[in-house]
Amino acid sequence: MAFDLQRAYRLNPAVTLRPEPFGALVYHFGNRRLSFLKTPQLVTVVRLLESQDSAADALEAAGVPASQHARYAAALAALADSEVIDAR
Amino acid sequence: MHVDEHGPPRPASLVQQFKRGLAAPICLTWELTYACNLQCIHCLSASGRRDPRELSTAEAMSVVDELERMQVFYANIGGGEPTLRPDFWDLVDYSVAHHVGIKFSTNGVRLDKAIAERLAQTDYVDVQISIDGATAEVNDAVRGRGSFAMALRAMDNLAEAGFGEFKISMVVTRQNVAQLDAFKQIADGHGARLRVTRLRPSGRAADSWDDLRPTAEQQRRLYDWLVDRPDVLTGDSFFHLSALGAPLPGLNLCGAGRVVCLIDPVGDVYACPFVLHDEFRAGNVREPGGFTRLWRESPLLLRLREPAAAGACASCGMFDACQGGCMAAKFFTGLPLDGPDPECVLGHGERELAKVCLPDRPQAGPGHSRRSPGRRDPVFVPLGRIPVRAAS
Repeated sequence: MAFDLQRAYRLNPAVTLRPEPFGALVYHFGNRRLSFLKTPQLVTVVRLLESQDSAADALEAAGVPASQHARYAAALAALADSEVIDAR
Repeated sequence: MHVDEHGPPRPASLVQQFKRGLAAPICLTWELTYACNLQCIHCLSASGRRDPRELSTAEAMSVVDELERMQVFYANIGGGEPTLRPDFWDLVDYSVAHHVGIKFSTNGVRLDKAIAERLAQTDYVDVQISIDGATAEVNDAVRGRGSFAMALRAMDNLAEAGFGEFKISMVVTRQNVAQLDAFKQIADGHGARLRVTRLRPSGRAADSWDDLRPTAEQQRRLYDWLVDRPDVLTGDSFFHLSALGAPLPGLNLCGAGRVVCLIDPVGDVYACPFVLHDEFRAGNVREPGGFTRLWRESPLLLRLREPAAAGACASCGMFDACQGGCMAAKFFTGLPLDGPDPECVLGHGERELAKVCLPDRPQAGPGHSRRSPGRRDPVFVPLGRIPVRAAS
Protein backbone atom coordinates (compact mmCIF):
# COMPACT_ATOMS: atom_id res chain seq x y z
CA MET A 1 0.00 0.00 0.00
CA ALA A 2 1.36 3.43 -0.93
CA PHE A 3 2.18 5.65 2.00
CA ASP A 4 0.44 9.01 1.96
CA LEU A 5 2.82 11.67 3.28
CA GLN A 6 -0.02 14.20 3.33
CA ARG A 7 -2.02 12.26 5.92
CA ALA A 8 -1.78 12.62 9.69
CA TYR A 9 -0.41 9.66 11.68
CA ARG A 10 0.29 8.70 15.25
CA LEU A 11 2.20 6.09 17.19
CA ASN A 12 -0.07 3.08 17.80
CA PRO A 13 -1.23 3.27 21.45
CA ALA A 14 -0.11 -0.35 22.00
CA VAL A 15 3.45 0.56 20.97
CA THR A 16 6.29 1.72 23.21
CA LEU A 17 9.62 3.17 22.11
CA ARG A 18 12.74 2.52 24.15
CA PRO A 19 15.65 4.87 23.44
CA GLU A 20 18.85 3.10 22.37
CA PRO A 21 22.22 4.45 21.20
CA PHE A 22 21.37 3.65 17.57
CA GLY A 23 17.79 4.98 17.67
CA ALA A 24 15.04 3.07 19.46
CA LEU A 25 13.65 -0.31 20.17
CA VAL A 26 9.97 -0.67 19.31
CA TYR A 27 7.66 -3.07 21.10
CA HIS A 28 4.08 -3.72 20.11
CA PHE A 29 2.24 -5.07 23.15
CA GLY A 30 -0.63 -6.21 20.94
CA ASN A 31 1.13 -8.43 18.42
CA ARG A 32 4.27 -8.78 20.61
CA ARG A 33 6.59 -7.88 17.80
CA LEU A 34 9.92 -6.30 18.44
CA SER A 35 11.43 -4.01 15.85
CA PHE A 36 14.00 -1.25 15.62
CA LEU A 37 14.22 2.34 14.49
CA LYS A 38 17.74 2.50 13.21
CA THR A 39 18.46 6.22 13.32
CA PRO A 40 17.80 8.88 15.97
CA GLN A 41 16.27 11.07 13.28
CA LEU A 42 13.66 8.42 12.44
CA VAL A 43 12.80 8.28 16.14
CA THR A 44 12.31 12.05 16.13
CA VAL A 45 10.04 11.80 13.09
CA VAL A 46 7.93 9.03 14.65
CA ARG A 47 7.56 10.96 17.90
CA LEU A 48 6.52 14.11 16.02
CA LEU A 49 3.78 12.40 13.98
CA GLU A 50 1.13 12.88 16.63
CA SER A 51 1.55 16.64 16.88
CA GLN A 52 1.92 17.37 13.17
CA ASP A 53 -0.83 17.73 10.60
CA SER A 54 0.85 15.35 8.19
CA ALA A 55 3.76 12.97 7.91
CA ALA A 56 5.41 15.47 5.54
CA ASP A 57 5.18 18.14 8.25
CA ALA A 58 6.79 15.76 10.72
CA LEU A 59 9.70 15.21 8.32
CA GLU A 60 10.09 18.99 7.98
CA ALA A 61 9.90 19.53 11.72
CA ALA A 62 12.53 16.84 12.31
CA GLY A 63 14.84 18.56 9.84
CA VAL A 64 14.95 15.70 7.32
CA PRO A 65 16.33 17.10 4.05
CA ALA A 66 13.89 16.99 1.11
CA SER A 67 16.29 14.70 -0.77
CA GLN A 68 15.68 12.01 1.87
CA HIS A 69 11.90 12.29 2.10
CA ALA A 70 11.34 9.35 -0.26
CA ARG A 71 13.54 7.07 1.86
CA TYR A 72 11.80 8.13 5.04
CA ALA A 73 8.41 7.62 3.38
CA ALA A 74 9.46 4.02 2.65
CA ALA A 75 10.49 3.51 6.29
CA LEU A 76 7.19 5.02 7.51
CA ALA A 77 5.24 2.82 5.08
CA ALA A 78 6.88 -0.27 6.61
CA LEU A 79 6.03 1.01 10.09
CA ALA A 80 2.40 1.52 9.05
CA ASP A 81 2.27 -2.02 7.60
CA SER A 82 3.52 -3.49 10.88
CA GLU A 83 1.00 -1.37 12.84
CA VAL A 84 3.66 0.61 14.67
CA ILE A 85 2.05 3.81 13.39
CA ASP A 86 -1.57 4.40 12.31
CA ALA A 87 -3.30 6.99 10.20
CA ARG A 88 -5.46 9.21 12.40
CA MET B 1 14.34 -13.76 17.73
CA HIS B 2 12.57 -12.14 14.83
CA VAL B 3 13.41 -8.50 14.26
CA ASP B 4 12.30 -5.92 11.74
CA GLU B 5 14.60 -3.08 10.88
CA HIS B 6 13.23 0.28 9.83
CA GLY B 7 15.13 3.21 8.50
CA PRO B 8 17.61 4.49 5.98
CA PRO B 9 21.13 3.05 5.85
CA ARG B 10 23.04 3.74 9.05
CA PRO B 11 26.63 3.81 10.16
CA ALA B 12 26.78 0.38 11.82
CA SER B 13 24.68 -2.71 11.29
CA LEU B 14 22.19 -3.71 13.94
CA VAL B 15 24.31 -6.73 14.84
CA GLN B 16 27.29 -4.43 15.42
CA GLN B 17 25.11 -2.25 17.63
CA PHE B 18 23.91 -5.27 19.55
CA LYS B 19 27.47 -6.36 20.21
CA ARG B 20 28.02 -3.10 22.08
CA GLY B 21 25.06 -3.82 24.31
CA LEU B 22 21.62 -2.28 24.66
CA ALA B 23 20.19 0.10 27.28
CA ALA B 24 18.36 -2.90 28.76
CA PRO B 25 18.16 -6.59 27.86
CA ILE B 26 15.67 -7.73 25.25
CA CYS B 27 15.94 -11.37 26.21
CA LEU B 28 15.83 -11.55 29.97
CA THR B 29 15.46 -14.95 31.58
CA TRP B 30 14.28 -14.92 35.16
CA GLU B 31 14.28 -18.16 37.08
CA LEU B 32 11.86 -17.83 39.96
CA THR B 33 12.70 -20.91 41.99
CA TYR B 34 15.11 -23.82 42.16
CA ALA B 35 12.25 -26.03 43.34
CA CYS B 36 11.19 -28.59 40.79
CA ASN B 37 8.98 -31.66 40.74
CA LEU B 38 11.26 -33.14 38.07
CA GLN B 39 15.00 -33.83 38.03
CA CYS B 40 15.81 -33.67 34.32
CA ILE B 41 19.27 -35.00 33.67
CA HIS B 42 20.16 -32.02 31.45
CA CYS B 43 18.77 -29.25 33.72
CA LEU B 44 20.79 -26.07 33.05
CA SER B 45 20.24 -24.79 36.56
CA ALA B 46 20.63 -28.15 38.33
CA SER B 47 17.25 -27.52 39.97
CA GLY B 48 15.41 -29.67 42.46
CA ARG B 49 15.27 -28.09 45.90
CA ARG B 50 14.06 -24.60 46.72
CA ASP B 51 16.82 -22.31 47.99
CA PRO B 52 15.96 -20.57 51.29
CA ARG B 53 17.55 -17.37 49.95
CA GLU B 54 15.11 -17.10 47.03
CA LEU B 55 13.65 -13.63 46.41
CA SER B 56 10.54 -12.90 48.47
CA THR B 57 7.33 -11.77 46.81
CA ALA B 58 8.10 -8.14 47.67
CA GLU B 59 11.65 -8.43 46.34
CA ALA B 60 10.45 -10.06 43.12
CA MET B 61 7.88 -7.30 42.67
CA SER B 62 10.56 -4.67 43.10
CA VAL B 63 12.55 -6.38 40.33
CA VAL B 64 9.42 -6.10 38.16
CA ASP B 65 9.28 -2.36 39.01
CA GLU B 66 12.86 -2.03 37.78
CA LEU B 67 12.12 -3.94 34.60
CA GLU B 68 9.18 -1.62 33.96
CA ARG B 69 11.38 1.47 34.44
CA MET B 70 14.05 0.00 32.15
CA GLN B 71 11.36 -0.85 29.58
CA VAL B 72 12.13 -4.52 29.50
CA PHE B 73 8.98 -5.44 27.64
CA TYR B 74 8.81 -9.07 28.66
CA ALA B 75 10.60 -11.60 30.79
CA ASN B 76 11.14 -15.28 30.08
CA ILE B 77 10.20 -16.94 33.33
CA GLY B 78 11.61 -20.32 34.24
CA GLY B 79 13.11 -22.28 37.09
CA GLY B 80 13.04 -24.90 38.49
CA GLU B 81 9.36 -25.17 37.94
CA PRO B 82 8.14 -21.57 38.34
CA THR B 83 4.49 -22.48 38.92
CA LEU B 84 5.48 -24.22 42.18
CA ARG B 85 6.06 -20.81 43.75
CA PRO B 86 2.95 -20.15 45.86
CA ASP B 87 2.99 -16.51 44.68
CA PHE B 88 3.51 -17.40 40.99
CA TRP B 89 0.14 -16.15 39.74
CA ASP B 90 0.39 -13.00 41.86
CA LEU B 91 3.75 -12.25 40.26
CA VAL B 92 2.34 -12.88 36.78
CA ASP B 93 -0.56 -10.51 37.45
CA TYR B 94 1.75 -7.90 38.95
CA SER B 95 4.13 -8.04 35.98
CA VAL B 96 1.40 -7.77 33.41
CA ALA B 97 -0.15 -4.82 35.27
CA HIS B 98 3.31 -3.19 35.15
CA HIS B 99 3.80 -3.65 31.40
CA VAL B 100 6.24 -6.51 31.70
CA GLY B 101 4.81 -9.34 29.62
CA ILE B 102 5.43 -12.85 30.85
CA LYS B 103 6.54 -15.86 28.85
CA PHE B 104 6.82 -18.76 31.20
CA SER B 105 8.28 -22.22 30.77
CA THR B 106 6.66 -25.10 32.60
CA ASN B 107 6.66 -28.87 32.67
CA GLY B 108 2.88 -28.60 32.95
CA VAL B 109 2.50 -29.78 36.53
CA ARG B 110 0.06 -27.03 37.54
CA LEU B 111 -1.61 -26.55 34.19
CA ASP B 112 -5.03 -28.02 34.85
CA LYS B 113 -8.21 -27.02 33.03
CA ALA B 114 -9.01 -24.12 35.37
CA ILE B 115 -5.53 -22.59 35.03
CA ALA B 116 -5.61 -23.08 31.26
CA GLU B 117 -8.89 -21.20 31.04
CA ARG B 118 -7.56 -18.42 33.20
CA LEU B 119 -4.44 -18.13 31.03
CA ALA B 120 -6.54 -18.06 27.88
CA GLN B 121 -8.16 -14.88 29.21
CA THR B 122 -4.94 -13.09 30.14
CA ASP B 123 -3.13 -10.83 27.68
CA TYR B 124 0.64 -10.56 27.61
CA VAL B 125 1.16 -14.06 28.94
CA ASP B 126 2.79 -16.73 26.81
CA VAL B 127 3.24 -20.32 27.87
CA GLN B 128 5.94 -22.74 26.85
CA ILE B 129 5.68 -26.43 27.70
CA SER B 130 8.86 -28.47 27.75
CA ILE B 131 9.23 -32.00 26.44
CA ASP B 132 12.40 -33.74 25.35
CA GLY B 133 10.94 -36.67 23.48
CA ALA B 134 7.99 -37.06 21.13
CA THR B 135 7.19 -40.33 22.91
CA ALA B 136 6.98 -41.13 26.61
CA GLU B 137 9.89 -43.54 26.27
CA VAL B 138 12.38 -41.01 24.90
CA ASN B 139 11.06 -38.08 26.96
CA ASP B 140 10.86 -39.81 30.33
CA ALA B 141 14.41 -41.15 30.05
CA VAL B 142 15.56 -37.53 30.36
CA ARG B 143 12.75 -35.84 32.31
CA GLY B 144 11.49 -38.62 34.55
CA ARG B 145 8.68 -41.15 34.61
CA GLY B 146 5.24 -39.72 33.97
CA SER B 147 6.55 -36.37 32.72
CA PHE B 148 5.47 -36.91 29.11
CA ALA B 149 1.86 -37.68 30.05
CA MET B 150 1.85 -34.67 32.39
CA ALA B 151 3.09 -32.31 29.65
CA LEU B 152 0.64 -33.69 27.10
CA ARG B 153 -2.24 -33.18 29.52
CA ALA B 154 -1.19 -29.54 29.95
CA MET B 155 -1.06 -29.09 26.17
CA ASP B 156 -4.52 -30.60 25.79
CA ASN B 157 -5.84 -28.27 28.49
CA LEU B 158 -4.41 -25.17 26.77
CA ALA B 159 -5.74 -26.23 23.38
CA GLU B 160 -9.20 -26.98 24.80
CA ALA B 161 -9.31 -23.66 26.65
CA GLY B 162 -8.62 -21.85 23.36
CA PHE B 163 -5.38 -20.32 24.59
CA GLY B 164 -4.16 -19.93 21.01
CA GLU B 165 -0.59 -20.37 19.96
CA PHE B 166 1.46 -21.55 22.91
CA LYS B 167 4.99 -22.91 22.54
CA ILE B 168 6.32 -26.42 22.86
CA SER B 169 10.00 -26.41 23.65
CA MET B 170 12.46 -29.25 23.20
CA VAL B 171 16.20 -29.61 23.59
CA VAL B 172 17.78 -31.55 20.74
CA THR B 173 19.57 -34.71 21.86
CA ARG B 174 21.14 -37.70 20.17
CA GLN B 175 18.11 -39.72 21.28
CA ASN B 176 15.32 -37.40 20.12
CA VAL B 177 16.71 -35.80 16.96
CA ALA B 178 15.09 -38.50 14.82
CA GLN B 179 11.70 -37.47 16.27
CA LEU B 180 11.77 -33.85 15.05
CA ASP B 181 8.89 -34.44 12.64
CA ALA B 182 6.87 -36.06 15.42
CA PHE B 183 7.53 -33.07 17.71
CA LYS B 184 6.29 -30.81 14.93
CA GLN B 185 3.14 -32.93 14.62
CA ILE B 186 2.46 -32.64 18.35
CA ALA B 187 2.81 -28.86 18.08
CA ASP B 188 0.65 -28.59 14.95
CA GLY B 189 -1.97 -30.84 16.53
CA HIS B 190 -2.30 -28.44 19.47
CA GLY B 191 -2.19 -25.21 17.45
CA ALA B 192 1.18 -24.60 19.09
CA ARG B 193 4.55 -23.43 17.82
CA LEU B 194 7.59 -25.68 18.13
CA ARG B 195 10.73 -24.29 19.67
CA VAL B 196 13.94 -26.24 19.27
CA THR B 197 16.96 -25.41 21.40
CA ARG B 198 20.51 -26.51 21.81
CA LEU B 199 21.76 -28.78 24.58
CA ARG B 200 24.39 -26.94 26.62
CA PRO B 201 26.85 -28.68 28.95
CA SER B 202 25.67 -26.55 31.91
CA GLY B 203 24.17 -27.51 35.27
CA ARG B 204 23.39 -31.23 35.39
CA ALA B 205 24.03 -31.37 31.62
CA ALA B 206 27.73 -30.97 32.43
CA ASP B 207 27.53 -34.63 33.41
CA SER B 208 25.11 -35.85 30.74
CA TRP B 209 26.33 -33.82 27.76
CA ASP B 210 28.65 -36.50 26.41
CA ASP B 211 25.79 -39.02 26.34
CA LEU B 212 23.06 -36.69 25.08
CA ARG B 213 24.71 -34.40 22.55
CA PRO B 214 23.84 -34.97 18.89
CA THR B 215 26.52 -36.40 16.61
CA ALA B 216 28.12 -34.31 13.86
CA GLU B 217 25.97 -36.10 11.27
CA GLN B 218 22.83 -35.38 13.33
CA GLN B 219 23.80 -31.70 13.55
CA ARG B 220 23.98 -31.51 9.76
CA ARG B 221 20.54 -33.07 9.43
CA LEU B 222 19.20 -30.74 12.10
CA TYR B 223 20.54 -27.74 10.19
CA ASP B 224 18.81 -28.89 6.98
CA TRP B 225 15.59 -29.55 8.89
CA LEU B 226 15.64 -26.05 10.42
CA VAL B 227 16.45 -24.35 7.09
CA ASP B 228 13.37 -26.03 5.58
CA ARG B 229 11.15 -24.95 8.49
CA PRO B 230 11.57 -21.23 9.17
CA ASP B 231 8.38 -21.29 11.28
CA VAL B 232 10.14 -23.39 13.93
CA LEU B 233 11.56 -21.14 16.65
CA THR B 234 15.15 -21.65 17.77
CA GLY B 235 15.85 -18.77 20.14
CA ASP B 236 18.88 -18.22 17.89
CA SER B 237 20.56 -21.06 19.74
CA PHE B 238 22.05 -22.80 16.70
CA PHE B 239 24.16 -20.01 15.28
CA HIS B 240 27.19 -22.31 15.45
CA LEU B 241 25.51 -24.32 12.67
CA SER B 242 25.43 -21.30 10.36
CA ALA B 243 28.89 -22.34 9.15
CA LEU B 244 27.13 -25.22 7.31
CA GLY B 245 25.59 -22.87 4.74
CA ALA B 246 23.27 -19.91 4.76
CA PRO B 247 22.80 -18.41 8.23
CA LEU B 248 19.72 -19.58 10.11
CA PRO B 249 17.09 -16.86 10.64
CA GLY B 250 17.61 -14.56 13.64
CA LEU B 251 20.52 -12.78 15.20
CA ASN B 252 23.62 -14.83 14.65
CA LEU B 253 25.60 -13.73 17.66
CA CYS B 254 26.21 -14.54 21.29
CA GLY B 255 23.98 -12.10 23.14
CA ALA B 256 25.42 -12.79 26.60
CA GLY B 257 25.55 -9.57 28.61
CA ARG B 258 24.72 -7.59 25.46
CA VAL B 259 21.05 -8.28 24.83
CA VAL B 260 20.65 -11.36 27.03
CA CYS B 261 20.99 -12.03 30.72
CA LEU B 262 19.65 -14.15 33.55
CA ILE B 263 18.35 -13.46 37.04
CA ASP B 264 18.44 -16.60 39.16
CA PRO B 265 16.04 -17.43 42.02
CA VAL B 266 18.29 -15.90 44.71
CA GLY B 267 18.70 -12.70 42.68
CA ASP B 268 22.13 -13.43 41.22
CA VAL B 269 22.59 -11.96 37.75
CA TYR B 270 24.48 -13.99 35.17
CA ALA B 271 25.54 -13.06 31.65
CA CYS B 272 23.27 -15.68 30.09
CA PRO B 273 21.00 -18.58 31.13
CA PHE B 274 23.70 -21.14 30.30
CA VAL B 275 26.53 -19.87 32.50
CA LEU B 276 25.44 -20.22 36.11
CA HIS B 277 28.98 -20.08 37.36
CA ASP B 278 30.83 -17.52 39.53
CA GLU B 279 32.98 -16.51 36.60
CA PHE B 280 29.91 -15.11 34.80
CA ARG B 281 28.08 -13.72 37.82
CA ALA B 282 27.64 -9.94 37.57
CA GLY B 283 26.23 -9.43 41.08
CA ASN B 284 22.92 -9.63 42.92
CA VAL B 285 19.73 -7.61 42.47
CA ARG B 286 19.67 -7.02 46.26
CA GLU B 287 22.83 -4.86 46.00
CA PRO B 288 22.45 -1.05 45.95
CA GLY B 289 21.33 0.08 42.51
CA GLY B 290 19.70 -3.27 41.86
CA PHE B 291 19.49 -4.94 38.49
CA THR B 292 19.63 -1.60 36.65
CA ARG B 293 23.05 -0.76 38.00
CA LEU B 294 24.40 -4.24 37.28
CA TRP B 295 23.20 -4.09 33.68
CA ARG B 296 24.76 -0.68 33.17
CA GLU B 297 27.93 -0.87 35.26
CA SER B 298 28.93 -4.46 36.02
CA PRO B 299 32.57 -4.84 34.91
CA LEU B 300 31.79 -8.37 33.71
CA LEU B 301 28.92 -7.28 31.45
CA LEU B 302 30.88 -4.26 30.18
CA ARG B 303 33.76 -6.56 29.28
CA LEU B 304 31.43 -8.88 27.35
CA ARG B 305 30.34 -5.88 25.25
CA GLU B 306 33.87 -5.15 24.09
CA PRO B 307 34.97 -6.51 20.71
CA ALA B 308 36.01 -10.14 21.18
CA ALA B 309 39.16 -11.51 19.60
CA ALA B 310 38.62 -14.42 17.22
CA GLY B 311 41.62 -16.18 18.76
CA ALA B 312 42.25 -19.62 17.35
CA CYS B 313 39.29 -19.09 14.98
CA ALA B 314 40.83 -15.96 13.39
CA SER B 315 42.25 -17.88 10.44
CA CYS B 316 39.00 -19.77 9.77
CA GLY B 317 36.96 -18.50 6.83
CA MET B 318 33.71 -19.37 8.61
CA PHE B 319 34.21 -17.16 11.68
CA ASP B 320 31.86 -14.48 10.37
CA ALA B 321 29.12 -17.11 10.07
CA CYS B 322 29.44 -18.87 13.42
CA GLN B 323 31.17 -16.18 15.53
CA GLY B 324 33.09 -18.91 17.31
CA GLY B 325 29.90 -20.40 18.72
CA CYS B 326 28.57 -20.51 22.27
CA MET B 327 30.58 -19.12 25.17
CA ALA B 328 28.87 -21.40 27.70
CA ALA B 329 29.48 -24.54 25.63
CA LYS B 330 33.17 -23.69 25.47
CA PHE B 331 33.47 -22.74 29.11
CA PHE B 332 31.89 -25.86 30.59
CA THR B 333 33.81 -28.20 28.32
CA GLY B 334 37.09 -26.59 29.39
CA LEU B 335 37.82 -24.99 26.01
CA PRO B 336 39.33 -21.49 25.63
CA LEU B 337 36.64 -18.85 25.10
CA ASP B 338 38.45 -17.42 22.10
CA GLY B 339 38.62 -20.76 20.27
CA PRO B 340 36.15 -23.03 18.52
CA ASP B 341 32.82 -24.22 19.89
CA PRO B 342 33.04 -27.86 21.06
CA GLU B 343 30.48 -28.68 18.37
CA CYS B 344 32.20 -26.64 15.63
CA VAL B 345 30.81 -28.05 12.37
CA LEU B 346 34.28 -28.13 10.85
CA GLY B 347 35.48 -30.45 13.60
CA HIS B 348 37.91 -27.96 15.19
CA GLY B 349 36.10 -28.29 18.53
CA GLU B 350 36.43 -32.08 18.61
CA ARG B 351 40.17 -31.75 18.16
CA GLU B 352 40.38 -29.26 21.02
CA LEU B 353 38.13 -31.39 23.23
CA ALA B 354 40.49 -34.32 22.82
CA LYS B 355 43.18 -32.23 24.54
CA VAL B 356 41.08 -31.43 27.62
CA CYS B 357 41.19 -33.82 30.56
CA LEU B 358 37.78 -34.26 32.17
CA PRO B 359 38.99 -32.99 35.59
CA ASP B 360 40.00 -29.72 33.87
CA ARG B 361 36.40 -28.89 33.10
CA PRO B 362 35.04 -26.14 35.39
CA GLN B 363 33.01 -27.40 38.31
CA ALA B 364 29.44 -26.21 38.14
CA GLY B 365 29.07 -26.01 41.93
CA PRO B 366 26.71 -28.05 44.05
CA GLY B 367 23.54 -26.78 42.37
CA HIS B 368 20.14 -27.57 43.84
CA SER B 369 19.77 -31.22 42.89
CA ARG B 370 18.01 -33.32 45.46
CA ARG B 371 20.27 -35.42 47.62
CA SER B 372 18.47 -38.62 46.78
CA PRO B 373 20.16 -41.88 45.92
CA GLY B 374 21.17 -42.03 42.29
CA ARG B 375 20.61 -38.31 41.82
CA ARG B 376 21.78 -38.44 38.23
CA ASP B 377 18.81 -40.59 37.32
CA PRO B 378 15.48 -39.04 36.46
CA VAL B 379 13.15 -39.37 39.40
CA PHE B 380 9.45 -38.68 39.47
CA VAL B 381 8.53 -37.12 42.78
CA PRO B 382 4.94 -36.88 43.98
CA LEU B 383 3.77 -33.39 44.85
CA GLY B 384 2.14 -33.99 48.22
CA ARG B 385 4.29 -31.65 50.26
CA ILE B 386 4.30 -28.62 47.98
CA PRO B 387 1.78 -25.95 48.95
CA VAL B 388 -1.00 -25.66 46.43
CA ARG B 389 -2.67 -22.34 45.85
CA ALA B 390 -6.21 -22.59 44.57
CA ALA B 391 -6.73 -20.98 41.19
CA SER B 392 -8.75 -17.86 41.76
